[in-house]
Amino acid sequence: MSNVIAPLSDKDRIFTNVYGFQDWGIDAAMKRGDWDNTRKLLEIGQDEIIERMKASGLRGRGGAGFPTGMKWSFMPKESKDGRPSFLVINADESEPGSCKDREIIRHDPHKLIEGALIAGFAMRARAAYIYIRGEFIYEAKVLFAAVEQAYEKGFLGKNACGSGYDFDVFVHRGAGAYICGEETAQIESLEGKKGQPRLKPPFPAGAGLYGCPTTVNNVESIAVGPTILRRSPEWFASIGRENNKGTKLFQISGHVNKPCVVEESMGISFRELIDRHCGGIRGGWDNLLAVIPGGSSVPLVPAAQIMDAPMDFDGLKAVGSGLGTAAVIVMDKSTDIVRAISRISYFYKHESCGQCTPCREGTGWMWRVMERLRTGDAEIEEIDMLQQVTKQVEGHTICALGDAAAWPIQGLIRHFRPEIERRINESKGSTPVMEAAE
Amino acid sequence: MADAVHIPDEAETRARWGAFAWTAENAGQAKKVIARYPAGRQQSAVMPLLDLAQRQVGAETQTQGWLPVPVMEYIADQLEMPYMRVYEVATFYTMYNLAPVGRYHVQVCGTTPCMLRGSDDVLAACKNKGLVKGGTTPDGLFTLTEVECLGACANAPMVQVNDDNFEDLTYDSMGAILDDLAAGKQPKIGPQIDRQTSCPEGGPTSLKDMVSENHDYRGQWNEGVRA
Repeated sequence: MSNVIAPLSDKDRIFTNVYGFQDWGIDAAMKRGDWDNTRKLLEIGQDEIIERMKASGLRGRGGAGFPTGMKWSFMPKESKDGRPSFLVINADESEPGSCKDREIIRHDPHKLIEGALIAGFAMRARAAYIYIRGEFIYEAKVLFAAVEQAYEKGFLGKNACGSGYDFDVFVHRGAGAYICGEETAQIESLEGKKGQPRLKPPFPAGAGLYGCPTTVNNVESIAVGPTILRRSPEWFASIGRENNKGTKLFQISGHVNKPCVVEESMGISFRELIDRHCGGIRGGWDNLLAVIPGGSSVPLVPAAQIMDAPMDFDGLKAVGSGLGTAAVIVMDKSTDIVRAISRISYFYKHESCGQCTPCREGTGWMWRVMERLRTGDAEIEEIDMLQQVTKQVEGHTICALGDAAAWPIQGLIRHFRPEIERRINESKGSTPVMEAAE
Repeated sequence: MADAVHIPDEAETRARWGAFAWTAENAGQAKKVIARYPAGRQQSAVMPLLDLAQRQVGAETQTQGWLPVPVMEYIADQLEMPYMRVYEVATFYTMYNLAPVGRYHVQVCGTTPCMLRGSDDVLAACKNKGLVKGGTTPDGLFTLTEVECLGACANAPMVQVNDDNFEDLTYDSMGAILDDLAAGKQPKIGPQIDRQTSCPEGGPTSLKDMVSENHDYRGQWNEGVRA
C-alpha cells in the first residue's frame, strides 16, 4: 500500500477562511464561492446528491467515521404518517483537544449553512437545528447573524434559493454538558430536557427529535458537502487513502512549537503534519513521549509508533488508537503522563450524565485510583484491578461515554505500565518504616 | 458534593426575586426564542430562556447572574411545564449558576490540553490575585471556577471571563488581564501573543493568499488535473 500522501495544496482546501483573516459575512463568503448558484446543486436531485456523497467516500467527521452518504440514505423518502423529518447539526464540540467546528462557525459559517440546506434537502428534512455548545458565545453570535443574512438573501425559508423547497435553519445554544455531543442526548436536550442519552433502537432516523425521523451530523461533515458537489465526488475521493478519503481539519495542541488548526489530506503522516504546520515537536523529535491522536477518548500512542503513522481512521486503528475528531494532543518527555491521563479521567467523572451505574460510579472510582497511581500511593495489584474495572465499564452503558472513559486508562496501562510501577515502588521505598513493620 | 455551591436561603430569595418578570426587551426576545420550535414543543425553549433569565438577573445585580427559584418558576409557568423539569435542566448544565457569582466569572480551563500548556500557571496567577477556586472575592468582583475543556485547545491555555475568551496565556498575561478587569479596563480579547486566531504563531503555513485579500481559489480548481 502506498503510504505517502501528498500534502494538500491551497486550491484543494475547503475552509479557505479558517483563520478568519477575511470577513465571515455573506458578501465576502459569496466572493469565496459559497452560495454560488446553490439552486443548481439542489437540481441534482435528492437521491443523486446522496449517491454523490456516498461516491465521495466522506466519513463522518464527528469521531465515529460512519459514511455520511449512507447515513442520509436511512431517512424516509416520504412521510407515511405526516411526521416531518429533521436535520440536527452537532456543533457541541466538547471533546478535549477538539477545536475545529469553532473555526468553521466563527470564520466560515456560510459553508455550514449552505451545507445544512443541501443536506436537509437531500434527506427531505423540514428544518435543521444547529446545536452549538453554550460556551461558544461569540461563535453563536456569528452563527445567528449568518443565518439571518442567509434568510435576507432568500437562501433559506420559503422557496429556498428559488428551488421551490421550503427549509428553515434554527440555532440552539447548549449550556455546558459534554454528553450533549452524543446524538440522542443532543435530541433530548433540544427537546428541553437534561441531556441523557436514549436507548437505541429506535434509532434517530426512525424516531428522533419530537419523535420524528432525524439525522444528526457533525458540523464539518455538513460544511464540506457543497464543495464536494461543486468539485465532484471524484475530486474529494482523489485525496487520501482507500476508505479514508478527503480533507480533514486537524487540531494540534500540546507540546509542539506552534499549535494550530489546519486542513490537510487525510492520511498525511504525523511527522509531516507536525513539521509542516507546527514547527516540530518542542525540544525536537527525540523529545516526543506520546500522542493522543483523536481527542481525549482515544488511547494514547507512544512516540515510536506514531511518528510515521498515517493520520486517518485505518492508520490510527492500526496503532491501537483512532482518528476521532483529529484532535492531536502531543506530549513531550516533560509530561507527567499519569497526571495527563488522570486529568482526562476527572473530565469524564465530571461529564458523566449519571444515568448508567457502571459509568456514574465507575468514572469516579477510576479517577480516584488514577490519582493514587499518580502519586504512587497504591499497590501493584491495583493496576490490574483498574484494568479490570475499565473492562467492566466499557460496553456496559447506553452511550459511549463509558468506553471513552475506559480507553485512555487502558492505553496508559498498555504502554506505560513500567512508569506506574516505578512510582508505586518509589513511594514504597521512601517509607522504610512501613516495610520494617511487615 | 463537598464543592457544592451554597444556595441562598429560600425565604430571602423569594422576598428578593418573587416578583421577577421579563424586561420589555427580554419579553420580546423570549417570544422570538419560543417561535423557533414547533407549536406545542415550547419546552425546547427552556435552555435559552434560562440563559436569558440568568443574564437579566446579572444585569439587575451587576454580576454574571444566577437562577433563583422564583425565576425558574416564572419560566416554568411561561412554558407550561412542571417546575421540577426546569430545575432538572438548571442543575444538569454547568453554565447555569445556582448561586450568585461575581461581576467577572473567571473560568479557567484545566483539562489536559490546557494543562499541558500551563493551566497550572494560569490558576497560580489567579490565586496570587486573591481569587479562590469555587469562591467569590470579598469585593464581589471575581468568581473563579476551574472548568472542563472549552474547545479552544490550539490556543491553550485559555480562560473564559464572562462572554470573552482569553487565549495563549502565561502567568504574567493572566495577571495583567485580572488587573485590567479590576481597574475597569477592557483587556484584549483572544490570543495574548502575536497570533491570528488558531493560525500557527508567526504566520500561516497554508492559505497565505488569504492574509491580504479575500482570495477566490475557484479559478485554480482545475489546475494540475489531467484531462
